[in-house]
Amino acid sequence: MTDPTAYRRPLPGTQPPLDAPAYGSTHKRHPKQPLLRIPHTLTETSAPRMSPDRYPVQADMSQVNGKGALGERIIVAGRITDEDGRPQRGVMVEVWQANASGRYHHPRDQHDAPLDPNFEGRARIFTDEDGRYSFLSIKPGAYPWRNHWNAWRPIHIHFGLHGAGFAQRMITQMYFPGDPLLELDPIFHATPDKAARERLVSKFDLQITKPEWALGYRFDIVLRGREATPFEKA
Amino acid sequence: MIPATASQTAGPYWHMIDFPEWADLLRPGSGNEGVPGERVTLTGRITDGDGAPVTDALVEIWQAGPDGEYEKGFSGFGRCASNAEGEFRFVTLKPGPVPGRGNAMQAPHIEIAIFARGLMTHLVTRAYFEGEVLNATDPVLNMVEDPARRATLVATPQGDGAWRLDIRLQGEGETVFLDV
Repeated sequence: MTDPTAYRRPLPGTQPPLDAPAYGSTHKRHPKQPLLRIPHTLTETSAPRMSPDRYPVQADMSQVNGKGALGERIIVAGRITDEDGRPQRGVMVEVWQANASGRYHHPRDQHDAPLDPNFEGRARIFTDEDGRYSFLSIKPGAYPWRNHWNAWRPIHIHFGLHGAGFAQRMITQMYFPGDPLLELDPIFHATPDKAARERLVSKFDLQITKPEWALGYRFDIVLRGREATPFEKA
Repeated sequence: MIPATASQTAGPYWHMIDFPEWADLLRPGSGNEGVPGERVTLTGRITDGDGAPVTDALVEIWQAGPDGEYEKGFSGFGRCASNAEGEFRFVTLKPGPVPGRGNAMQAPHIEIAIFARGLMTHLVTRAYFEGEVLNATDPVLNMVEDPARRATLVATPQGDGAWRLDIRLQGEGETVFLDV
């Protein structure tokens, strides 16, 4: 049996470290021992086959039972490729976010901002043959957190990606262009490489925008690519 | 080449995508009903550098079926939220041995991914099963020289198909996490 082709290791600086001192919650949660680098086996190169049959699509967060959520309606769309630009088909994308007031539909969120009965804030979509996805939502609000005095998270949408290999599994956050809170956010700034950080910021896109309906934002996502050869230097 | 998108923490409110039934890989509708194999549970407690329970973790597992195949007859994906004690619990079938690289055979194992507030990227580890003959020759287990550290990758039997693997994120008894 031939060995599976390994996934590429991240380019230095393009991923955040586990020990990110400005982000307080990392202090007691990051391992102190070095991670053990293992050559990829079938366990890492295979992945669950997610399909809409078993995981139903929900692509519209802007309403509940036909009643519109409060806030600015938006369309988020983009393309998921690997590092070589190849479209990633059938990727299951899980999305969750706060409402327009900056409050999650979640019992643990006690921020003093109103809940919206017409906004739940979660979606699930799959990429098409060209790696494209889109969903409808409401622009989320900023909210405070207790990382440091007067700390506020920049507005963001959480994305969970399920690719063709479990080694591609990842969770990230999409930010919005022009948000003044980005410069102050230790989570955003944990990634050392500036270009890598900026790729987390979506772009306003008039092509995605629908007249008389909703503003469009583009957020392209890149999953790990495969090594060129089936041999990996561990 | 465009480098892969940077990972960001799942944060404290990821439970919006928690579907508690996903922790039971044998649930009706899982597609795994009737797959022959040994029913097992995998339970563990996640603690931080102070020994405090991690009560907001998103734990995912990925494993082969009892036949050692990924996603053929058995669908080996699960998700579980850690509870107020920091514990997760999966119901599944015990995986079979899986081919490794070269001619190696990997001992039965379950890959575990942990996402949480304070984890900028998720942590990956594995649960092997104590007493498996193949553990002695497993390529990953054998990369860990210190027996005490190797033991952090091996679940222990609790009787009646129950297995336990506690996970320590930091400090004394720290789990071996994998760079995959």
